[in-house]
Amino acid sequence: MEEYLQSAVNELAQRCGGQGSEFRGEVTVMVPAAKIIEACRILRDDFAFDMLPVLTAVDYYPRKDGRFHVVYVLYSTRLRYYFNLRAAVDESPAEIDTVEGVFPSANWREREVWDLFGIKFKGHSDLRRIMMPPNWQGHPLRKDYPLGYEEVQYTFNYEEIDVKKPHGER
Amino acid sequence: MTTEIQEFTLDELKHLFSPAALTGETMVLNMGPQHPSTHGVLRLIVELDGEKVVNCVPDIGFLHTGIEKNMEAKTYQKAEVMTDRMDYLYTIGNNLVYSLAIEKLTGLQSPPRSDAIRVILSELSRIQSHLIWIGTSSLDLAAMSTFLYAMREREMILDIFELVSGQRMMTTYIRPGGLWRDVPAEFESAVRNVIDILPRRFDEYEALLTNNLLFKDRTVGIGKIDTPTCLAWNVTGPTLRATGLAHDQRKDNPYSGYEQYDFEIPTQTAGDIYARYLVRVAEMRESVKIIRQALDRLPYGPVSDNNRKYVPPPRSEIGVSMEALIHHFKLWTEGFTPPVGAVYSAVESPRGELGVYLESDSGPKPFRVHYRTPSVPLLQALPLMAKGHFVADLVGIIGSIDIVLGDADR
Amino acid sequence: MGIEQKAGNMGFVTTTLEDAINWSRTNSMWPMLFGLACCAIEMMGAQAPSYDMSRFGMELMRASPRQSDLMIVAGRVSQKMAPVLRNLYDMMPDPKWVIAMGDCASCGGVFNNYAVLQGVDEIVPVDVYVSGCPPRPENLIHGIMMLHEKVKSEKLTTWK
Repeated sequence: MEEYLQSAVNELAQRCGGQGSEFRGEVTVMVPAAKIIEACRILRDDFAFDMLPVLTAVDYYPRKDGRFHVVYVLYSTRLRYYFNLRAAVDESPAEIDTVEGVFPSANWREREVWDLFGIKFKGHSDLRRIMMPPNWQGHPLRKDYPLGYEEVQYTFNYEEIDVKKPHGER
Repeated sequence: MTTEIQEFTLDELKHLFSPAALTGETMVLNMGPQHPSTHGVLRLIVELDGEKVVNCVPDIGFLHTGIEKNMEAKTYQKAEVMTDRMDYLYTIGNNLVYSLAIEKLTGLQSPPRSDAIRVILSELSRIQSHLIWIGTSSLDLAAMSTFLYAMREREMILDIFELVSGQRMMTTYIRPGGLWRDVPAEFESAVRNVIDILPRRFDEYEALLTNNLLFKDRTVGIGKIDTPTCLAWNVTGPTLRATGLAHDQRKDNPYSGYEQYDFEIPTQTAGDIYARYLVRVAEMRESVKIIRQALDRLPYGPVSDNNRKYVPPPRSEIGVSMEALIHHFKLWTEGFTPPVGAVYSAVESPRGELGVYLESDSGPKPFRVHYRTPSVPLLQALPLMAKGHFVADLVGIIGSIDIVLGDADR
Repeated sequence: MGIEQKAGNMGFVTTTLEDAINWSRTNSMWPMLFGLACCAIEMMGAQAPSYDMSRFGMELMRASPRQSDLMIVAGRVSQKMAPVLRNLYDMMPDPKWVIAMGDCASCGGVFNNYAVLQGVDEIVPVDVYVSGCPPRPENLIHGIMMLHEKVKSEKLTTWK
């Protein structure tokens, strides 16, 4: 690991209780969810990571504790380093603080994570659905949400599926 | 699914508008998902004080296709087909970044010939995307001839894509480990013909637009944004380069052998529509330079890695080798099993940084694929660029940031 | 040397009312701008000089549904866009036709999931399905010619 990134990992381990690891040349630090704002602030102010390209979540379905991992990838334009942060969020309550105050670009990304995963961001200025219609029920990208696969209509089952499909009228 | 339009009421959105909107002093207007100047299905709720834009709230999601969830249900090879359809103007780049992510995860190496061809196709796709941009954005500003000229050039480039892969737009030609198959013999002469014609055509566009007083009246000083705002809102690509910062993934984190080629990153400092136009036209010329260099040094050799655990063997081998048959069988019925872990890799798309966050759990299907698409931050920064301008300028600004809604909604 | 030849020399043409109406409808069909996704780029390519669609009378693409008679649904229709599409279809005056361009508009295409409507014929009646992902501009023009033939065979009572 590069020296600069190692010092960032050490700083985070000391002040936020993060655990660092490396995979394929990328540095990842797992921080507790309560300390995410502080971790982002440390990286932005002390270590010159000024952009937040990725803010997304991963669902590890059958787990209850730490079911979701919210993933942040930070980038420094001056020093050209990438840095990954992960925070584990339980199934209920699925909440984590918003980093909108540190990186304004997180606004829509967090709305997307709320829409598709159901993770609430505490303190977010405008948490409403962004990809699905406003009254949609459910959070599509969770692993227990069905794909919505519809049976394909071939010639041998054309009539039986035709009955179930809606048809547009003039 | 219902056929009634579900809407946010003005009450639910009142925190986004100024208090004057609720009393009726300013008018809240809906620039709906379908109208002549929107580039794709984008809905803007604009608050107008006469003709001046006080605030504008973009509403996206009208093209949400659930690609990320659908990719989790398919094997890695089959999921690649869906990646073309996200940023449908830079289709080669979507495949490229997915292949780069899988190569990073599994340790595959793309051979030099494949790298060079990837670079050539990627730059051709960049030129094609900028041509569509120059056509549609000047169509919005009522310069119609550029649109017709740009589409004529685009057909030449699409002929090359059809030559290598059989498909004009959604090629799925770049696969993990290299390419689908080698390019045909006419490839080099076809590409040379195209890049010999292109610079003169770029001169034609510049003659039409660059010093045109009408064009400059509508673009100079409109839609300004500065570098700290861009970095805070994570805006990348030509919009960031037009504010002065020379940030380009091809130079900062080179991939596919870009470090061997000699090219520049054009920048401007004004940060308005005209600056972005100049940056993109200069980028098209730089792309032609890169393609020429790559063609001159196109090395001989294989076009895919030899690692048969991930890359399928060529058909000719299957008839003579038992191992090739078994590998082919396993790859097509089961798929490959990469190691457990998560990677992020990014390329430079004509809009900004296009990245893939790929996490695998050693199964044949990706556990989580997330595309970091550049159009989302551009749309988020749109209200900042549009405040205080007229509605007609808003149209010009949307054209200049070059968004693709398939990118934003996935 | 029939009466038609003589009448033609004097400047008269005789035909049935149905033929005349259908001929005028086919030769100046105005499409509504409904490009949603990738197929929209190929539709623009069909409009462009190499595969000119204005030879068939479709030079003008009207954005307003009130002024158009053909809706080319080009691209995937998501859950949020479906009611908007139906609304726009309702706003078009009779006679109106729909071409489902591309695989996603015909049957859901590559995307068989929660977010994409499996075929736009779930909400509007479709006259011609054009396949391809995206269909080549020539493919789209073939679909339009097929629609022209369909219109030429329509009766007066179809659009009461």
